[in-house]
Amino acid sequence: MEVKVLGSGCANCRNTVALVEQVAAARGVAIRLTKVEDMKDIAALGVMSTPGVVIDGRVVHAGGVPSREKVQGWFDAPPA
Amino acid sequence: MFGTSFSMNAAVMRWPGRNPRAFLLLGALAWFGLYRMLAPASEAIVAALPVDRASHLGGALQFFLYDTPKVLLLLAGIVFVMGMVNSYFTPERTRALLAGRTEGAANVMAACLGIVTPFCSCSAVPLFIGFVQAGVPLGVTFSFLIAAPMVNEVALTLLFALFGWKVALLYLGLGLAVAIVAGWIIGRLKMERHLEDWVRDMPRVKAGIDGDGLSLSGRIEAGFASVREIVGKVWPYVVAGIAIGAGIHGYVPEEFMASFMGREAWWSVPLAVLIGVPMYTNAAGIIPIVEALLAKGAALGTVLAFMMSVIALSLPEMVILRKVLRMRLIATFVGVVATGILLVGFAFNALL
Repeated sequence: MEVKVLGSGCANCRNTVALVEQVAAARGVAIRLTKVEDMKDIAALGVMSTPGVVIDGRVVHAGGVPSREKVQGWFDAPPA
Repeated sequence: MFGTSFSMNAAVMRWPGRNPRAFLLLGALAWFGLYRMLAPASEAIVAALPVDRASHLGGALQFFLYDTPKVLLLLAGIVFVMGMVNSYFTPERTRALLAGRTEGAANVMAACLGIVTPFCSCSAVPLFIGFVQAGVPLGVTFSFLIAAPMVNEVALTLLFALFGWKVALLYLGLGLAVAIVAGWIIGRLKMERHLEDWVRDMPRVKAGIDGDGLSLSGRIEAGFASVREIVGKVWPYVVAGIAIGAGIHGYVPEEFMASFMGREAWWSVPLAVLIGVPMYTNAAGIIPIVEALLAKGAALGTVLAFMMSVIALSLPEMVILRKVLRMRLIATFVGVVATGILLVGFAFNALL
């Protein structure tokens, strides 16, 4: 899975990256995680509040650190 | 959003998930009960300690033991409610409400939405672009960007808890006034051409509302999440602020600061704004300083102007905004907002 975490590098964005990595590892899901820090790219994805998460090209989350349950949901039932 | 994540949430928080209304009602009752117990509890603790209640130390201790849980309880309660309210006002929804409106009434709306829309200064740029892309006028966008960090529930709760509802209400009214008028003026100045080129060239989008469809228990969870995040972050500042207040309680001469930050010194307001602009801290971090200044006899208008300029205008935010705005527009933004805050300080000192 292709996972992108969008954010300018604030503490919440780093927490989101750590959480996604942790949950994916715990579920045994192989992901390729990249951080998107450029404002232009974040805006182009239509995200207005960071941190945001994009999975396989689809925005699944924006505006704050997602809850652990929500992250687990992405890896249990990956959005089509 | 996903069925599985929802059922997991419900499993983690069974009770609020199953019966959210009853949970809210009982939670509110427990909160009020606790709040009423604080004063007798603090007196009982001081009475049990080997200090004279009538002494300076006894008074300071009682003040600290009563005010700390009181302020934290108030803060937790209001942040929880605002966390639930915030879940109705996502930035996307706020944008849809503002898109395509003409200036004037929209500035008022934007400033008010700034209070209830969750906002973090690290999102200022994507939010700015998102608004402009959807056709929200520049001045209206600024009204939102000025109000969102300055007038927020943490600042208002702390002002209310420590200085009374009049100060909190004045801060609310004047903060909104500065955001509305400053945004309107920036709109009048027609500064769209001072946006960076790539921002103007971004494709227009149509603002639609993405119904998040959160259930009541989901909103309760959002409330708890913001309590964890906000109260978890600001409590040390709150305790420091109250400790300073308690320490000053009767120890420092009241008129200590009055000579150079009092009402008679007209230059104290511009000086406070000048010092405040480059400083940056959140609403809670500034409270200990405000507490110390007021207790030592600084004028209220001067102190509020200082607080507004610290929260609303900051160097790091300017650096972030520089990515989308040219210097000319940033300078105008700072100039207009600082002037507004200056007027607020002067008006306050003259009226009170």
